[in-house]
Amino acid sequence: MPHNLNLSIMIEIKDLHKSYQMGSNSLHVLKGINFNVNEGELVSIMGSSGSGKSTLLNILGMLDEADSGSYFLDNIPIKNLNEKIAARYRNKFLGFIFQSFNLINYKNALDNVAMPLYYQGIKRKERTDKALHYLEKVGLADWATHLPNELSGGQKQRVAIARALASEPKVLLADEPTGALDTKTSYEVMDLIQGINDEGKTILIVTHEEDIAHMTKRIVNLKDGLIIDDGIVEQVRANSYV
Amino acid sequence: MFNRDKWNEIIEALTANWFRTLLTAFGVCWGIFILVILLAAGKGLENGVKRGFGDIATNTMFMWTQIATKPYKGLPKGRRFNFKIGDVASIREKVPGLLYISPRNQLGGFGGTNNVVRGLNTGAFNVYGDYPEIINQDPITITSGRFVNYGDIDNNRKVAVIGEGVKKELFKIGEDPIGEYIKIKGVSFMVIGTYMKKSNNGDREQGQNEIFVPFTSFSQAFNRADNVGWMAITAQDDHSITKLKKNIIDVMKTNHTIHPEDNRAIGNFDLYQEFSKINGLFIALRGVAYFVGVLVLLSGIIGISNIMLIVVKERTKEIGIRRALGASPWSIRGQILLESIFLTIISGMTGIAVSTGVIFLVNKILDGIPATNETMFANPSVDLTVVFVALLILITSGLLAGLIPAQVAIKTKPIDALRAE
Repeated sequence: MPHNLNLSIMIEIKDLHKSYQMGSNSLHVLKGINFNVNEGELVSIMGSSGSGKSTLLNILGMLDEADSGSYFLDNIPIKNLNEKIAARYRNKFLGFIFQSFNLINYKNALDNVAMPLYYQGIKRKERTDKALHYLEKVGLADWATHLPNELSGGQKQRVAIARALASEPKVLLADEPTGALDTKTSYEVMDLIQGINDEGKTILIVTHEEDIAHMTKRIVNLKDGLIIDDGIVEQVRANSYV
Repeated sequence: MFNRDKWNEIIEALTANWFRTLLTAFGVCWGIFILVILLAAGKGLENGVKRGFGDIATNTMFMWTQIATKPYKGLPKGRRFNFKIGDVASIREKVPGLLYISPRNQLGGFGGTNNVVRGLNTGAFNVYGDYPEIINQDPITITSGRFVNYGDIDNNRKVAVIGEGVKKELFKIGEDPIGEYIKIKGVSFMVIGTYMKKSNNGDREQGQNEIFVPFTSFSQAFNRADNVGWMAITAQDDHSITKLKKNIIDVMKTNHTIHPEDNRAIGNFDLYQEFSKINGLFIALRGVAYFVGVLVLLSGIIGISNIMLIVVKERTKEIGIRRALGASPWSIRGQILLESIFLTIISGMTGIAVSTGVIFLVNKILDGIPATNETMFANPSVDLTVVFVALLILITSGLLAGLIPAQVAIKTKPIDALRAE
């Protein structure tokens, strides 16, 4: 089937399979995933551990490659990537938000945010300006020169979000972004993510927390490597809790 | 390469664990230190030994007559013959590329009887009849007066240049020998100069006990007619005496009707060949220095490689993050390589600086000791080429040291790197 040229489709996945070799056993993690994400959507991918949700996100994030199936990101086929091209695509198209923040601990907040821009080859001055702009956006401009270990968990995650936004990616991919945070901080982070989505950014969140999932606009449920449920939900605004 | 951020990161990575970086750097520092010191010591020994040669013209051969061992053109074997003064001109004419041809005659020699008298003092000395050029071939330092010149040669002047040892035996302390007369085998010669010999080839004492007189007056005074005892022949700098030797001897054979295959009729000593042997020794010594030095350096480099591997391991997660953010494999690899090269060069340069410091001190101490010809060690030094070679070795080895860790760094998939804790 020719892929859909509709411009509003940001992610298009067809019949995605992935298995891991565990010694002599083969572990079939994804058993044929089909789904599309339109531009501007805020989707959560749910599932118990072992359901394949992280694997799916890794494939979406070009950190891992599928065994079979097709993946189009903004109509660009993502296949047969060598590391160099994958690195460039990740840098240009994707912003990552991790559960454990993954900030580089010997660099201050500003330098962490500026890092994707560094790999884009942007000049130092421009990089600093841009990074500061995104730090402002997540409300941490005053913390620009602080090292990650001088920041609270919520602040770290907000720095990570600023970093993910800095390269102006097409899609934000968040892997359990609130997994290491307490409830209050989680909602603050979700409030920020919702704000970014309101501005039109496409965001995918992997989570296993129901309340977090309901703060998105659509929930995709994974079980044993298959989508068992995919539906639009009534978005709960995070700021209503705070 | 000259990216400020890149260098910032290298400095950050290396200063993150000072103690470890210093220990690692020490290995390479030590290796290059040993290399430079060994090379400098070899050079010092070479300088010392070559100083023993004085300024002797090494591109020189000595040639004398022996006994014809083959009958030739009706002449029997066992025949004695002498070089003649005319041979000098015919060598000069037939063998191009020669600088000096000095015919020499000699009185006395090892275990000779007393042959020189001055008043009540007598002594046994070597007396040479020489041309002025000999001073360029076997240099002596004139300590007073002058050496034999062509005026003396042309006018058959009975003048003599005596060694400091001769002066000590024939003259009182503090007495000026210039203008005084000494009797050599009953013939009076006027002293016109004194000298000190520079070279040190095993007969330093002997070297100061010689008397030089003009070749022509020597022949006249001691009835040598036009005979020549032996010759010292020096080739021009761009010719090798070893190659010209055969031509010269052939000319002599023709002149004196010697069988062309009679190799024992004319004896010779090729100083250049001997000198080459010593040169060869020092080349071998340098080879040993490089071998040992480079091997010690190698262990230092393995140390660097090891530490870089650990650093890469420790930074697995960071490398994963960087790659997730868009760092290409080459930028990671380049980073690790640059770090390794940087560390190698810095520590190597420290080693070079320390070793040159040590060499400087040794030179300072050696300078304090009065330079006698007996010292077999002088001016240990390394030239700039060695430093450049060392630098080249360092860059290459830094690259090699970083190669495996860099490969390890990018071998891990970003996803696995991110999972690492």
